[in-house]
Amino acid sequence: MNKIKGIIVFILAISFTIGLTSCGPNGSGNSNNGALTGSAAEKVFVAPGEYDEFYAFVSGGFSGQLAVYGLPSGRLFKVIPVFSVDGEKAYGFNEETKPMLETSYGFIPWDDAHHPDISQTNGKLDGRWVFINGNNTPRIARIDLTTFETVEIIEIPNSAGNHSSPYVTDNTEYVVAGTRFAVPVPQKDMSIDKYKGNFKGALSFIKIDPEHGSMNIEFQILMPGFDYDKAHPGRGKSHGWFFFTTYNTEEANSLLEVNASQRDKDFIAAVNWKKAEEYIKAGKFKTMKTNYAHNVYDETTHMATSTMKKEVRMLDPSELPGLVYFLPTPKSPHGCDVDPTGEYIVGSGKLSANVTVHSFTKMMNAIKEEKFDGKAYNIPILKFEDVLAGTVVQPGLGPLHTEFDNEGNAYTSFFISSEIVKWKLGTWEVIDRKPTYYSVGHLMIPGGNSQQPFGKYVLAMNKITKDRYLPTGPEVTQSAQLYDISGDKMVLLSDFPTVGEPHYAAGIPADLIKANSKKIYLLEENKHPYATKAEKDAKVVRNGKTVHIYMTTIRSHFAPDNIEGIKVGDKVYFHVTNLEQDYDVPHGIAMIGANTSELLIMPGQTETFVWEPKKAGVWPFYCTDFCSALHQEMQGYVRVSPRNSNVKLKWSLDGEAL
Amino acid sequence: MKKSKITMLIGVLLLLTLYVFPLWKITLVAPQYPEPLGMNIHITHLSDGVQYNDVKNIDLLNHYIGMAHLPTEENVKKGVVEPFLEFDIFPIIIGVMVGLGLIFAFLGKSKLFLTWFIIMAILGIAGMYDFYNWLYIYGHNLDPKAILKIIDPNTGKLMGYQPPFLGYKKILNFEVYSYPQIGAYFLSLGILLSFVAYIMGKKEEKEKSVENN
Repeated sequence: MNKIKGIIVFILAISFTIGLTSCGPNGSGNSNNGALTGSAAEKVFVAPGEYDEFYAFVSGGFSGQLAVYGLPSGRLFKVIPVFSVDGEKAYGFNEETKPMLETSYGFIPWDDAHHPDISQTNGKLDGRWVFINGNNTPRIARIDLTTFETVEIIEIPNSAGNHSSPYVTDNTEYVVAGTRFAVPVPQKDMSIDKYKGNFKGALSFIKIDPEHGSMNIEFQILMPGFDYDKAHPGRGKSHGWFFFTTYNTEEANSLLEVNASQRDKDFIAAVNWKKAEEYIKAGKFKTMKTNYAHNVYDETTHMATSTMKKEVRMLDPSELPGLVYFLPTPKSPHGCDVDPTGEYIVGSGKLSANVTVHSFTKMMNAIKEEKFDGKAYNIPILKFEDVLAGTVVQPGLGPLHTEFDNEGNAYTSFFISSEIVKWKLGTWEVIDRKPTYYSVGHLMIPGGNSQQPFGKYVLAMNKITKDRYLPTGPEVTQSAQLYDISGDKMVLLSDFPTVGEPHYAAGIPADLIKANSKKIYLLEENKHPYATKAEKDAKVVRNGKTVHIYMTTIRSHFAPDNIEGIKVGDKVYFHVTNLEQDYDVPHGIAMIGANTSELLIMPGQTETFVWEPKKAGVWPFYCTDFCSALHQEMQGYVRVSPRNSNVKLKWSLDGEAL
Repeated sequence: MKKSKITMLIGVLLLLTLYVFPLWKITLVAPQYPEPLGMNIHITHLSDGVQYNDVKNIDLLNHYIGMAHLPTEENVKKGVVEPFLEFDIFPIIIGVMVGLGLIFAFLGKSKLFLTWFIIMAILGIAGMYDFYNWLYIYGHNLDPKAILKIIDPNTGKLMGYQPPFLGYKKILNFEVYSYPQIGAYFLSLGILLSFVAYIMGKKEEKEKSVENN
């Protein structure tokens, strides 16, 4: 027995040694080179007090949030709650933000946040808003980049699995939503077996108000029941078009991993949204009854409102010529990416070893000459050979996503072979490849999906980390990796852990945003209905069993901080206004036994939490944000008396009524 | 018009800038305030020196050390501080001095220029003394219930927090700078010009008397 053990150890030792000395194709072992590591450290080191060059907005995937990092350092600045409640910021807990998470299904505390995308003007990042999709209960959110807060969420009706979303057009005219799981439209009780031909996939075009950014579902296109996976707007010359990859054109409804992988080619759907606008103008739509939530946060009232909308305008592509064309694309294409010139549409067949690139010019010629290869649900299919620009041959296994630099190169992530491959647009030759650790999904170059990529770095967002960090039990950290792409060859600079699954990211030069970042909310602009703008106006008002406390905070006390006359069974609203008007002086408040989170109130802001005292007694509350040297002293008491008591309502600060 | 008259006129009119520009500015820098807080002192009011709300925020910080509230319009309205008399008196004095200066300039007598210069110099010194006094009172007239009471190791007494009259002083975690502003420069220039006008006028008068002789 011992002998066998010895032999095994010997064999292991030998294979390990061999493994060390032969470092695989293209010398990927070079990443362990000491000298290189030294210069890499310098490239990602941002000295204390210095700023990063780029902001990176990295989605949290199943965390439902959006994290803000600096590049190249990989330092985390903020986690912006979007689709998931966040006790730290009271998002979804305070009365003001609860409406943000309303849907046609009621309040939903979570979603799966996938693709952040920054608003653009003339195909260039303008740094005004980030849009991001919620995958599970289809929604799109807008984050304001002056406050770094979620200010709007719109639910998408008639769809399911909003994955091919949001992706802004050149002038932020539209963001889109797709349907990854075809469903009956409108929803109805029917046999799942009857999927084929009966289920539909709606593509939604959400118009963005050019000044305020507010979202409105302009129209939906009722597509065949394929799975719409990813999308990208046309850029420059292809502006006016939108491209969606599809899989499961087989229209299978079970065991998709086999049944949706049978066809040699699925489609990229090319949607002419300018044509759609003409059809809408001409009245060629059907108004469909539906029900979806539109939630808007108002920065002056510091409150969100949720309204239910009741109809959408639906376009039927089988009846409207010129609206949609299908471009055959091999093997369940996932990523759908358009290069900065708008000429090339890259379809990454995730089960293929090749990357397929279509030509917009060829597509337009084929459409003009009506060279169709049949139709699917009356939508013309173009011939593969007629639209093909070229193929990147055997660059790796499992291509997913492509972004671009400013020198005509493309960078594609390969999930299965776990690497990034750099290749040349037009010649389709592979220039470089670097491993990722491990199984990269999306990758991101600042501006790399716009007309103006900034190059410099590519960020790989990995699905698996395994041994890359200190272990933390079965669930290990998620991770991103930063590569320098300023030279011919990519250089791995650093790994950094991320919050949630780093699904996709949007990067932008810090200079385009940082000067616009708000420091405080002006108290005089606060229009919250329960705002208290001076201590002397603080008060407590009883209305039956409902009590409203108008409270203020300023370093380092609450006003009032002694309240009596509350009774068991009351519903007590704490409307707390932070009177501070100084940068970075938030106050928090938490009440013992309150069935909710703390509040975290920015200067000039009003927020509200509800407390329903269950027991008589004297109950303390305190400031939760370390606001000042007297933070520990920032506390108060509420006296709660039995229901039938006749303790009078009174409130005070330092023994004096306010 | 005589050169001395024009010079006097310019000097007098320069005083009008005091209604627009601040006289003095106190700036506070601390680790927590890498972007400093600033307070401009005008003849009529206090104003934010660096960013919006600076005066309000300085006033708020002052409460830690028990300093009295600043005489801002808001605080006076709230009744937490007496109105600052100087803000009512200074604009009147300046107005009167401009009026007087204009009459003197019109009369064009060099002796009158000198008179105006002397009055202004006295008023200037009195104003500076008043300002110093104000700083002293603010720095020493502290609330006995103040949150931070720090004993001066040198005197063994409660530490005062008088801001510097001119230049730099470290007060607790703050580095405090106090410097004249454009209003003060124009004021000084105005006073100086009146003296120059006096010398020019004297010369002109001498030349005239020589001519007459």
